[in-house]
Amino acid sequence: MNTELLLQLTVNGLIVGLLYGVIAMCFVLIYKSTQVVNFAQGEFLLIGAWVCWGTLVWLDLPFYIGFLLTLGFMTLFGILIQAVFLRPMIGEPIISVIMITIGLSMFFQSLMKWIFGVSAESYPQVFETSVVNIAGLNIELAYILSLIFSVVMMAGFYWFFKHSRMGLAMRATAFDQQVASSLGISVSKVFAASWAISAMVSATAGIVIGMVNGVSSALSFIGIKVFPAVILGGLDSIVGGVVGGVIIGLLENLAEFIDSQYLHIGNLYTIAPFYILLIILTIKPYGLFGTRDIERI
Amino acid sequence: MEARKIETPEPLLSINNIEVVYDEVILVLRGVSLDVPQGQNVTLLGPNGAGKSTTLKAISGLLKTEDGEVSRGEISFMGERIDKKNAEEIVRSGIFQVMEGRRIIEDMTCIENLKLGAYTRNQKNINNEIERVFEYFPRLKERTGLAGYLSGGEQQMLAIGRALMANPKMILLDEPSMGLSPLLVKEVFGIIEKINKEQGITMLLVEQNANFALKHADYGYIMESGKVVLDGSREELLNNQDVKDFYLGGNDHNKSFKNLKSYKRRKRWL
Repeated sequence: MNTELLLQLTVNGLIVGLLYGVIAMCFVLIYKSTQVVNFAQGEFLLIGAWVCWGTLVWLDLPFYIGFLLTLGFMTLFGILIQAVFLRPMIGEPIISVIMITIGLSMFFQSLMKWIFGVSAESYPQVFETSVVNIAGLNIELAYILSLIFSVVMMAGFYWFFKHSRMGLAMRATAFDQQVASSLGISVSKVFAASWAISAMVSATAGIVIGMVNGVSSALSFIGIKVFPAVILGGLDSIVGGVVGGVIIGLLENLAEFIDSQYLHIGNLYTIAPFYILLIILTIKPYGLFGTRDIERI
Repeated sequence: MEARKIETPEPLLSINNIEVVYDEVILVLRGVSLDVPQGQNVTLLGPNGAGKSTTLKAISGLLKTEDGEVSRGEISFMGERIDKKNAEEIVRSGIFQVMEGRRIIEDMTCIENLKLGAYTRNQKNINNEIERVFEYFPRLKERTGLAGYLSGGEQQMLAIGRALMANPKMILLDEPSMGLSPLLVKEVFGIIEKINKEQGITMLLVEQNANFALKHADYGYIMESGKVVLDGSREELLNNQDVKDFYLGGNDHNKSFKNLKSYKRRKRWL
């Protein structure tokens, strides 16, 4: 057995899994507070990564300015998507809402290809060094960056939902919209805020992944990969999303290990999460942490 | 049109001949008028489906979340019309509704629920405010788990405490006694009266439990099928033969069916 490869893949899985976890959190955030299953989550990554790339390469701005511009843009973008496309859908059947988000996903994928081209582009060198040495191990800076990003985001989400006024308001809205309005919470503001936050954090994840792998339409595929993570954790649980993300990341890389060492099927890596998805749905339809509520499938 | 009691100077809340329609067709309130003077504890009694809860929701603006609207008449609070405002603005103007069935956020702790009550307020002194609420409800302080696991009485206390956190001028209470044991009902009503007296918060309370509600009230209104059919001070209502018969369980069994609900036939302005 190749322990070195296994170790490397496990670390990979953990880092990628935490990123999945962050994106899953964004997905759950929207689902929980607005009851929208957002199939365009991956496009948030894609758009964020491309916009940031555009500010760096086309406008030649320094990274931090380009990054902040992207965050601002994504905030507006999230609010706009919610206000224009999804607010009119409140009270419509869930399947119509899903069709809207699938439509948005296709539209933005094509739009990005149209604006930025179909070939993958790599980010300009943002940091001086690309490899750092930690305890004798050479680790790519981008990976560490991604790890830090994920952990900071998770801690941030935790703090936000536990202690901030807006976070509590979001939880209240997720629990019962009428109660929320009886407390003086503006439900439409909460909706807008959850889309804005989700778009912003997803975009940052997109930028982080873009720095490692380059920007291409493959980014939006991560949005699809997050599904197994979200469903494993339970569609309406933020903790579940994180745990699901890590598990999917690890299993994916474990599948890669088994595939490359023993089975030699090829590409098991891409398929494995969806097999897991199928198995989970058969055994635990509500996921590991999901609310057992028959209406919420 | 104005043919109402003259003695009250300027009531804190005044409802003037409102009609409420649900889903644009179902007429639920058919001309309800009532006044709630500053600092008083006013109770609204009546059988199921009389429109008591609807009246409260019309005041708090929650009607709009249920596809209902005030189609005629007006509601004014501190001299300002509020019937066109949404729930959020009404909470900010100082009216807080404790909804029927308590409706606390079950997957949050007591403290988080209380914090949410203060959503519309400056968040600075929030911990002092929470302590102030715990003085009224000492037993909530010991409960650190999720609010969903509290007993019915504790949930009701939490719901009232959450209202206090908003520092409102007026609290609307929808059936605070629902599903509580008689002892707890007594306790809850005691606390409501205490809050009313100590904090000077005006109360408008909807109840099925007429006995308790009237005993603690300053003034009462009785509603039936979308209209106010009787009103009066506590003493007037407690001594009213009809009220005794139908709400307080009087022991006068000699009345014939013909005389039942005699007050229905009495004409009432607005």
